[in-house]
Amino acid sequence: MTLYRLQKLIYELNRDRGVQEAFTLDRENLLSRYRLSEEEAEAIRKDDIGKLYILGVNGQILMHFAAWRGFAWDEYIQAMKDALAEHGQVRDGIYAAVDDGEGGAV
Amino acid sequence: MSLVFAGIMSHGPGMTARAERADPAVRDPFYAALEQMREALEQSRPDALMVVAAEHFANFFMNNMPAYAIGMADEYDGPIEDPEWLRIPHRTIPGAADLSRRVIGKVMEKIDVAYAEEWKFDHGIMVPLSFLTPRFDLPVIPANINCQGPPLTPLYRAYEFGRAIRAACDVLPERIALVGTGGISHWPATPNSGKINVEWDREFLSRWTRNDRDALTAYTDLETLRDAGQGGFEIRTLIAVAGAGEGHTGQIWFCEPIPIFATSGFVAVMDVKPAF
Repeated sequence: MTLYRLQKLIYELNRDRGVQEAFTLDRENLLSRYRLSEEEAEAIRKDDIGKLYILGVNGQILMHFAAWRGFAWDEYIQAMKDALAEHGQVRDGIYAAVDDGEGGAV
Repeated sequence: MSLVFAGIMSHGPGMTARAERADPAVRDPFYAALEQMREALEQSRPDALMVVAAEHFANFFMNNMPAYAIGMADEYDGPIEDPEWLRIPHRTIPGAADLSRRVIGKVMEKIDVAYAEEWKFDHGIMVPLSFLTPRFDLPVIPANINCQGPPLTPLYRAYEFGRAIRAACDVLPERIALVGTGGISHWPATPNSGKINVEWDREFLSRWTRNDRDALTAYTDLETLRDAGQGGFEIRTLIAVAGAGEGHTGQIWFCEPIPIFATSGFVAVMDVKPAF
């Protein structure tokens, strides 16, 4: 259930400028509204795109979120590769890596 | 009047965001095929363009996810993504609320479709429009199929959605063009982005051009996930266009893998041949 709320936070950040402003002004206050696990909240605090991927955040919303947080395309792909090597396979959702995360157009 | 044009194309954000990184030997003929599609679309003299796209969690979330949705507004805006990232400036896109309302009313006779008077276009619609209506001046009717949050609508229902769109077009006076957008096989937004199953794509398009309903709808989601990635779930949008063209066959104008675009770049049209 917390993954649902984590994804909802990112979904709302992606499409609502007001939520983006709240994120910029007082990230902790915004996070408190979504009742995330500590692991999820820490990944958001650190802009840890790779960890968010491993936690199971849907790739489409994570891709847009990463762009908003300033990740260039190659940095975004590399962040997921690095996290896969560090944490292992994606824990939930439909965006699990295949072929041990090899390949990709970087 | 009736459906005056039916086609399908890829919509990967890399088509605009990372164009310079694609191999020109493949990219340029792909863009030429898209230009050919733009010309064919214009020659069909549509009053509106209906775009069947894949939901990417841009407008709907898992608190209330419709299997099918159609926009019903006089204007939309997009892209929802960072415009500098997508390299498509933010803008307002004309809609056709009255026509949408009548299309939805007819589609509802066969499919329980949701409607939306607000809609933010993401790359799934903005990228195709940037190639097909680069002035963004043709009224658009956006349609959406949930391809992200399982349980997903069965493929045979996607075909029926297309048939329902066709039935609506058949009884309305306006000239309506239809474009379905989605990847075929792809593993987007993963470390494997750029992986493409070329043979699977060719087989799918073969089924599509034959408009072989049974073959198009024979894939299970587990098979698609294994062979075509989670991006393969977007074949629903392409199958819907086949449903709209039931009784007709199609042609592939281009299909080659372009890894930096995350999918095969493809363009195909269904020969719906209106007699007017």
